[in-house]
Amino acid sequence: MKGLISWLDNRTGMNGLLKEALFERIPGGARWRYVWGSTLTFCFVVQILTGVVLWMAYSPSAGTAWESVYYIQHEMTGGWLLRGLHHYTAQAMHVLLALHLLQVIIDGAYKAPREVNFWFGLVLLFLTLGLGLTGYLLPWDQKGYGATKVATSLAGVVPVIGPSLQKLVVGGTEYGHHTLTRFFALHAGVLPGLMIAAIAAHVALFRKHGITAKQPYKKPDANFWPDQVLMDGVACLAVLGAVLYFTVRHHGAELYAPADPTQPFNAARPEWYFLFLFEFLKLHILTDWFGHHGELVGAIIVPGLIAAVLAAMPFIAVRRHGHRFNLAFLSVLLVGAGLLTLRSIRSDRNNPEFQAAMTQAKAESDRVVALIQANRGIPRAGAAALLKEDPSTVGPRMFAQHCASCHRYDGHDGLGGVSKELASAPDLKDFGSRAWLAGLLEAGRITNHSYYGGTKFREGKMVKYVTTKLPKKHAADPSALEAMVAAVSAEAALPAQAVADARDAALIEKGRSHVRETFGCTDCHAFRKPDDEASAPDLTGWGSREWIIGITTNPAHERFYGKRNDRMPAFGKEGRLSMSEMGLLADWIRGDTAPERVVAGMK
Amino acid sequence: MSRDPDGVGGISDPDMSESESSTTASRRSFLKEGAACVVGACCVGVPAVAGLVAWLDPLSQDGSSGDVATRVATLNALPADGTPQRVTVVRGRSDAWTRDGAVPVGAIYLRKTGERAVQALHSMCPHAGCFVDYQAARGVFFCPCHDSTFAVDGSINDPHSPSPRGLDALEVELKGDEVWVRFRNYRTGIQQKVPVS
Repeated sequence: MKGLISWLDNRTGMNGLLKEALFERIPGGARWRYVWGSTLTFCFVVQILTGVVLWMAYSPSAGTAWESVYYIQHEMTGGWLLRGLHHYTAQAMHVLLALHLLQVIIDGAYKAPREVNFWFGLVLLFLTLGLGLTGYLLPWDQKGYGATKVATSLAGVVPVIGPSLQKLVVGGTEYGHHTLTRFFALHAGVLPGLMIAAIAAHVALFRKHGITAKQPYKKPDANFWPDQVLMDGVACLAVLGAVLYFTVRHHGAELYAPADPTQPFNAARPEWYFLFLFEFLKLHILTDWFGHHGELVGAIIVPGLIAAVLAAMPFIAVRRHGHRFNLAFLSVLLVGAGLLTLRSIRSDRNNPEFQAAMTQAKAESDRVVALIQANRGIPRAGAAALLKEDPSTVGPRMFAQHCASCHRYDGHDGLGGVSKELASAPDLKDFGSRAWLAGLLEAGRITNHSYYGGTKFREGKMVKYVTTKLPKKHAADPSALEAMVAAVSAEAALPAQAVADARDAALIEKGRSHVRETFGCTDCHAFRKPDDEASAPDLTGWGSREWIIGITTNPAHERFYGKRNDRMPAFGKEGRLSMSEMGLLADWIRGDTAPERVVAGMK
Repeated sequence: MSRDPDGVGGISDPDMSESESSTTASRRSFLKEGAACVVGACCVGVPAVAGLVAWLDPLSQDGSSGDVATRVATLNALPADGTPQRVTVVRGRSDAWTRDGAVPVGAIYLRKTGERAVQALHSMCPHAGCFVDYQAARGVFFCPCHDSTFAVDGSINDPHSPSPRGLDALEVELKGDEVWVRFRNYRTGIQQKVPVS
């Protein structure tokens, strides 16, 4: 063994290199304040290791990026752990960079003759920010897509070259395959390559000038090995511990629903380490002082000036009070960025609209996963195609767009928006269920705005019947109403009531005769057989998919309200909604949204 | 180019002493140095230029979305009270190697301004390109990125709006009962409304 080592050393000089690396002298001994550089190197190594394996499973194109990341996150053995490590180590790097910069400035390690090395450090800082920025587009989810749109729009406001720059970054004028291939090449090739070169130079120059030991020395001099290496190792372990904590707590990294340029994404926010810039651009002072140039000033000129001051710090330090200025400048910068970040987080936390948008974004991402798993994979058309045919995704949007100006859904517009105006048509949450029908038949509720309160039927025959005749009939035979409600509601065959309907078959059978005989519903409504005389909506199949599609197609059809229709448009007849759209809406209102059924329906 | 007898940029061979170098030797050396630089530059330059040309390809592509009108809705599908309706624009789209016949390419808001008059607004905020959401309860367009708002006709109605202009109106054509719109994207962050190309 010894022979082999000396043979190798003879030909490579490796012993000397090793000695130089390990036995560097540290005046005043090892200290915790020197660990930051090593923790950053450690993070970079973690990113290379996890990044290369992620690369092996990632497919950069508009039709496969989200899908391949989904596979890593949800299907691949240990994929979530790998992705989580990569995601949270990236965040740790930004925190450690700030600490390292702070330590370098406090200890004066940026002063002559270490100027060039300080600049390499700044280059590494910007490369890391660049890696963060290019990284979060890659999953091609709503968040990454939205954030990148904003970031590349900023490139477009650069004077003169802006539009060309933006086109080169995006790979065209629209976001697509080449946006991903370009960002991925930057993220996995160009930036890490530059980073390796800059780290090599940074470490080499650091060794050339030696450590900037902090005075006064508290202990005798020591070697890098093993004292400082042990401290560095413990610090790296602490970083890893923090990263693992977040990874396990969040089960990897978040993956929002696939990018969809046709849907608003009100939960759009950059990663937290860019929030300070995001919040800075929101400050009214920018628009108040610079008007339409606020964007250019806030996103390009101010950050550029800050970078210039940072780069000039070694020269500022030579002047009187220069070092103090640098310290003060950096402190103001870090505290300011911290405050802006807090301000942004706090304003989002107190913003119910943002919270609702986050809940919706989370629900959508859970939903697409459930659909994929029910389908046992993603169709070639992509994950977004699954969502487009999903009633619980599309239903509420269509309801908000087409129905919510009159109807409500559990008091809101389907998407959680609450209007100040009273509803002018019934609330359709649980429409077709026994509870809904029982509420309609309550004398005290039928004229509420969640039933007929806002319609012209408020003065109609049904209201009159429910408030006068029905209570008497109910008093005469208390069990009949329950049976009748069960019988009419059974027409809807709601999935949520399937068990109850099967269990209460006898009750339903009894109820059907009550519909006719006890309550005389068939005086106006048709029920389970054609009735040309019927003047009120058909109760045959009431609340079923087919019935809802029917009334949405044309409420003024004689099967429904006929000439007495109150303002409801004929969505199908007028071509406002297609048959499949009305089907999706009906499925959603009926709660017929189990992923297995949805997926089976698509086929 | 100035003569540099010591070699490129002051890089000199330490073994060669001043006294040994004659004029001829230094001229020969200069020629060799020059040739070495040219040869080296060619070797690196050819692939570098080839790469650069391909990398600049997006600049030579025509990125304008074309002057085509797309059918987006029918007149009677729009509320008579002028409430904006969000409509998805579905049309053919090329993305590098993919060509799709009819896919959603974007969203617009349509609003009736008269019996047979429709206003179309782009859903993208002219500030930074975020998706602007119409909030029926407040009767405004709301941009979630910077919490700014636009009036129902697309104009800025927020004194601190960072947006350089109101929402971009799109050209509308009525063909009988059908609403056709020339959908295109506009550059963000500038005061003028310039189509992306």
